[in-house]
Amino acid sequence: MRVTPVRLLSSLASLAFAGTAGANTSNGYNLPPGVTDISQAIYGLHMEIFWVCVGIAVVVFGAMIYSLVMFRHSKGAVPDTTMVHSTKVEIVWTIIPVLILVAMAVPAAEIILKMEDTRNSELTVRVTGYQWKWQYQYMDQAEGIGFFSTLKQDSNFARQLNSGVDPSTVPNYLLDVDHPLVVPSGTKVRILLTSQDVIHAWWVPDFGVKRSAIPGFVNELWFKVEPGKEGIYRGQCVALCGRDHGFMPVVVDVRTPDDFKKWVEEQKAALKQAAAPAAAAPATAQVVDVKPAG
Amino acid sequence: MAHAHADTAHHDEHHDQPISGIRRWLFATNHKDIGTMYLVFSLIMFFVGGSMAMVIRAELFKPGLQLVDPGFFNQMTTMHALIMIFGAVMPAFVGLANWMVPLQIGAPDMALPRMNNFSFWILPFAFTLLLSTLFVPGGAPAGGWTMYPPLVLQGGNFVPMLIFAVHLMGASSIMGAINVIVTIMNMRAPGMNLLKMPLFCWSWLITAYLLIAVMPVLAGAVTMLLTDHFFGTSFFNAAGGGDPVMFEHVFWFFGHPEVYIMILPAFGIISEIIPTFSRKPLFGAVSMIYATASIAFLSFIVWGHHMFVDGMPVAAQLFFMMSTMLIAVPTGVKVFNWTATMWRGSLSFEPPMLFAVAFLFLFSIGGFSGLMLALTPADFQYQNTYFVVAHFHYVLVPGAVFAIMAAVYYWLPKWTGNMYNMTLAKTHFWLSAIFVNVLFFPQHFLGLAGMPRRIPDYAVQFTDWNMVSSIGGFGFGLSQILFAVVIIQCVRGGAKATSTVWEGATPHGLEWTIPSPAPYHSFTEAPEVK
Repeated sequence: MRVTPVRLLSSLASLAFAGTAGANTSNGYNLPPGVTDISQAIYGLHMEIFWVCVGIAVVVFGAMIYSLVMFRHSKGAVPDTTMVHSTKVEIVWTIIPVLILVAMAVPAAEIILKMEDTRNSELTVRVTGYQWKWQYQYMDQAEGIGFFSTLKQDSNFARQLNSGVDPSTVPNYLLDVDHPLVVPSGTKVRILLTSQDVIHAWWVPDFGVKRSAIPGFVNELWFKVEPGKEGIYRGQCVALCGRDHGFMPVVVDVRTPDDFKKWVEEQKAALKQAAAPAAAAPATAQVVDVKPAG
Repeated sequence: MAHAHADTAHHDEHHDQPISGIRRWLFATNHKDIGTMYLVFSLIMFFVGGSMAMVIRAELFKPGLQLVDPGFFNQMTTMHALIMIFGAVMPAFVGLANWMVPLQIGAPDMALPRMNNFSFWILPFAFTLLLSTLFVPGGAPAGGWTMYPPLVLQGGNFVPMLIFAVHLMGASSIMGAINVIVTIMNMRAPGMNLLKMPLFCWSWLITAYLLIAVMPVLAGAVTMLLTDHFFGTSFFNAAGGGDPVMFEHVFWFFGHPEVYIMILPAFGIISEIIPTFSRKPLFGAVSMIYATASIAFLSFIVWGHHMFVDGMPVAAQLFFMMSTMLIAVPTGVKVFNWTATMWRGSLSFEPPMLFAVAFLFLFSIGGFSGLMLALTPADFQYQNTYFVVAHFHYVLVPGAVFAIMAAVYYWLPKWTGNMYNMTLAKTHFWLSAIFVNVLFFPQHFLGLAGMPRRIPDYAVQFTDWNMVSSIGGFGFGLSQILFAVVIIQCVRGGAKATSTVWEGATPHGLEWTIPSPAPYHSFTEAPEVK
């Protein structure tokens, strides 16, 4: 991308109205409200605590600024050296923050309980982190389907040191993969998350889910995308996992339950074909137990 | 008796001036010399760590990789953190403690001067070892300053060097802490009971206990890394029945109190400066001490908030969320007390006060984002994004670092006997205060919009704020050259400072009763404190 002062200024001016990229719901400077109950609840909590902080800031910064303006030595202000202590005031400004915190902790606790309730899931996918790609293996009705998901070739080419390719010409630069995770909308999808090497973390901002993928551990998380919100949702690995940590995106393709069913059938047919002795070139799906090279 | 007395007098005279040459520094046992060495060392490390930050911001100026490969980028982020935390901020506070604790409590020196020498001279070796990893096969540590296994154990030759460097830093910190505690407990001037002791000494006393409590924990954690790497143990190796998450627990049991080790002395400094330039005693001095002690206690029971996304039972999530939120209460008390100190005062804005006021505002912003991060569900969205980077840089740079600069500008005339160039110092302040916000404020937006931390390259929608942040970074980095210029000029000469230094303001404490520069040996006879 060519950087000119004009471009920088114009982009600064337009920041307040920054557009969204793809289906992601962030406006470019705030959390995405997202497309699940959880992500929207988190967004609500985030805005609530934000405004609480703004409120406290107005009062405290207001008092500071008032002091800075009104009680200046240069304006002949005379210090009130008797003002050194007031038990009453000190109790008040200890109690009020406690009350605010309790008021914030209650809704937060409710969301935690909801997030951790992984019962009654309708589709389970095992997600495994590798340096530097994700493996998705389906269970339940899509049992047998599984594949690796790696950074798309055009991004991978452009991201090399001095590649000469302008990243802004690459669609969804660094946020696109060869095989996205495909899931149905309106369905409670459970992810069982682990890692084969170092600690990774799987995050889709629009779903409000982020968990570490830890070798030797299986972490559980779930999301349920509202019907009508089908689309491609993008995230990234968010735990430093070595050299190419920045280059293992998470891409989820949310389809309607019907489309998902169709996709599962296609994948299963491709699997059957690949398993047959005189099979043609394998399709996008790979056999579950494929080990990554290297 | 007369003979003995004459002997002592002769002895004193002999040592009244420092010995000349390199031996003065190599064999230093004088708290002022050792304090100076700590502060100079810290300033050098501040520029070394800062230049690494410049590499990071230059690479992040626009998308695509233009300057460094991802491996080297990771080395820069890791080394930047290690150097700034262990090489710049912590030694700066120890240097200030060395200079100011004896002067403030009316003691002739630190209690254990030879150990003091040792704890300083370990540091250049520790950082030579750490920095030399940049030149060994496989490069410097690149797994983050948190050294999480298994990633850190994939490293090349740096692994043992990193671990021994951390051991050396830990040993140095523990010795420094022991010295502060022993000095404060045993060498206060007659009449100075603990409640009369200046807040800077109080905050350092509490910090010293934190250091003694947690540095051995870090040493234990890195030793387990060492045996995992070289001696076939499996503390953190899942394949051998170990537990990578255990390292995180042990590390953050050190790591969270470490955060307060880097901010409590800053609180002490601010509590000294604001009353001086408000010409009014500190409001609620006793509640300040209680608040500092409560923060120190709470710092031991909040470590889990660094690990919410690693998977934790609901009960643990609730516990760590609430204990973390509780820290806001004593911290709030401190901010309110400082504000109340300025209220109905008579304020003037010399460089130390400017930095202290900026600290109040900007540290509070870091506190607000900390409160947001404490809420577990929201933390799931913020964790490991630039929002966290913005948060801890707000508390560390305009927090801890501004407090250190405020302290230097406050006591520099006492150390050198010269006033410094006020205009230049104020220019340094305004440039720093403006650029630090240009640098770190946009990182809140980047994090919320979804940019992970510790990535060398990013999706194009993050370009604008990254450019703004990088411009702020370059501006902030360059502004710090002024800091060095002001200090060097002041050491070389300038208008003579009086013993009070801040004429017209109300500096309070024993350090202002002795001449400027502070004589090489001060308080050889204990002052009487009423």
